[in-house]
Amino acid sequence: MKDNKIIKYIICVVVAIIAMIFLNFVLDSYKVRVLNLCFIYIILGLSMNLINGFTGLFSLGHAGFMAIGAYTVAILTMTPEMKEMNYYMKPMVSFLQQINMPFIVALIIGGLLAALFGFLIGAPVLKLTDDYLAIATLGFSEIIRVVIINLQSVTNGALGLKGIPQKTNQFFVKLLRDIFGISLSHSINLLWAGIGAIITIVFMFLLMKGSYGKAFKAIREDEIAARSMGVNLFKHKVMSFTIGSFLAGIGGGLLAVSLGTIDPTLFKFSLTWNIILIVVLGGMGNINGTIISAIVVTIAMEALRFLDEPLNLGFIQTPALPGLRMVVFSIILMTVIIFKKDNVLKSTLVKVRGRYAKN
Amino acid sequence: MLKIDNVTMRFGGVVAVNQFSAKIDPGEIVGLIGPNGAGKTTVFNMVTGVYKPTSGDIIFTPNGTSQSIINLRPDQIAQIGICRTFQNIRLFKELTVLDNVFIGSHLRLKSGIFSSVLRLPNYTKQEKAMYEKAKYLLEKVGLYEEKDEKSFSLPYGKQRRLEIARALATDPKLLLLDEPAAGMNPQETQELMEFIENIKEEFDLTIFLIEHHMEVVMGICDRIYVLDQGAHIADGDPLEIQNNPKVIEAYLGVD
Repeated sequence: MKDNKIIKYIICVVVAIIAMIFLNFVLDSYKVRVLNLCFIYIILGLSMNLINGFTGLFSLGHAGFMAIGAYTVAILTMTPEMKEMNYYMKPMVSFLQQINMPFIVALIIGGLLAALFGFLIGAPVLKLTDDYLAIATLGFSEIIRVVIINLQSVTNGALGLKGIPQKTNQFFVKLLRDIFGISLSHSINLLWAGIGAIITIVFMFLLMKGSYGKAFKAIREDEIAARSMGVNLFKHKVMSFTIGSFLAGIGGGLLAVSLGTIDPTLFKFSLTWNIILIVVLGGMGNINGTIISAIVVTIAMEALRFLDEPLNLGFIQTPALPGLRMVVFSIILMTVIIFKKDNVLKSTLVKVRGRYAKN
Repeated sequence: MLKIDNVTMRFGGVVAVNQFSAKIDPGEIVGLIGPNGAGKTTVFNMVTGVYKPTSGDIIFTPNGTSQSIINLRPDQIAQIGICRTFQNIRLFKELTVLDNVFIGSHLRLKSGIFSSVLRLPNYTKQEKAMYEKAKYLLEKVGLYEEKDEKSFSLPYGKQRRLEIARALATDPKLLLLDEPAAGMNPQETQELMEFIENIKEEFDLTIFLIEHHMEVVMGICDRIYVLDQGAHIADGDPLEIQNNPKVIEAYLGVD
């Protein structure tokens, strides 16, 4: 019976990958891009849920770790010529100038670097709890951003980086062409993000099933009791924080490639806020909820773009108000927090299911 | 087993425990009693590493080798074999009853986090043993039927027993019970007394307990220490304590 379950999961994963290849093929590039963003937000949502939802550490430093991942990937994958074009204010450090790596290697290095920073920041900061921890991590995330602005010879400062290579699927494109004879017209990094999302989902399920995941939850429930039961609080918190930062770095790297251009203003607090939105709507400590809410929120953010444009309400004509769509999310978030506090998706699903079950 | 040597705990100007000494031999059930605010829980907190005594020493001798434990963290103390329950129940509320006990044996896990995620055979073998142990303990405390329920949904008496099961999962040598019979009716209290003697035999434990129910203390303790306002006022077997004028004075006051 247990084997059956595993086979079922494997089939799911294979179907998902085939579906992604298929979607990459049929959807237009805008839709592929949105889908890609969904996958990235799944990774980011889960990584934040690991820290905030499962381990109960109120951390707001996600944007900083994403910035590290994004900049690492950008710097390592851009061609030397591209870099020369970007760094016109101040030339780049020469050894970085020449580096040019395959995307996947750069992505993993980006993740590891974010994890390293997560570890270095986490070690002192995780002695704090609750809102103090939130303030400290938020501060560190801003520090990372400020360092990026000022480290002009490495990161190009406030000018940002443009022309990050987006054809990261060369490996898959070649594979598909040579083996299946399929040629992809537009090959942005859907497969990398998709596979990354699948790996993250599987990873999270396995982690939470195991003893360490349970220990994380125990810390969330009651630190004092967990400590008295022999759970080394500091070690487990740092572990969770580092893994979360690694995944944030991966998400940041994928985001950089999907956007093609990054600059320090992208990694402001509002980016962390987007992810908090996903985590809170999906439910703290709820993997399925996070996945669903990541998809819903990402698609809604695109679908509500018309709100930013001039609106004709029949009786009144409003000028273009960039940012109006975010107000919608703020309202949704407030409503959710006031009325449901947690697990809004889960409880609604349970209710809906109950209603149908009755009839 | 445990030697508390002249410990003092000061919080600012307040002396919670003043030069308290006690000695617990292997296999004993020792009681710690005293009026409210006498510093009983503070003694427990010092033994389990929550507080570091202002002065004095606590020496733990689990199996022949002695070790001072005042500089250890609570999780390290749990590791070497002292585990406790709490006066105000502290369960992992949102987790199932089974998971609560399962986490108790997490500290004996020898695999790292990655072998847990990759579910390497070495890890899964340990995990299986941990679940077996958790289920066995739940059967022992009579909570097996409720193993998949969330722990906060249990009635009070069962929550207390679950806390004891969770503590037992850490394989303690010395078990500290902080008011295990609080809020129990006479029937439950009677069951609890039998249960404590039972687990003591089965798991080869030494037990140190705080209790207000005199029935429990007098019924199962081999020896009793009495604290009043942070100071040790008497010790001895139940009969001696019952007839000790100082104890009577502390509890009932004098004319």
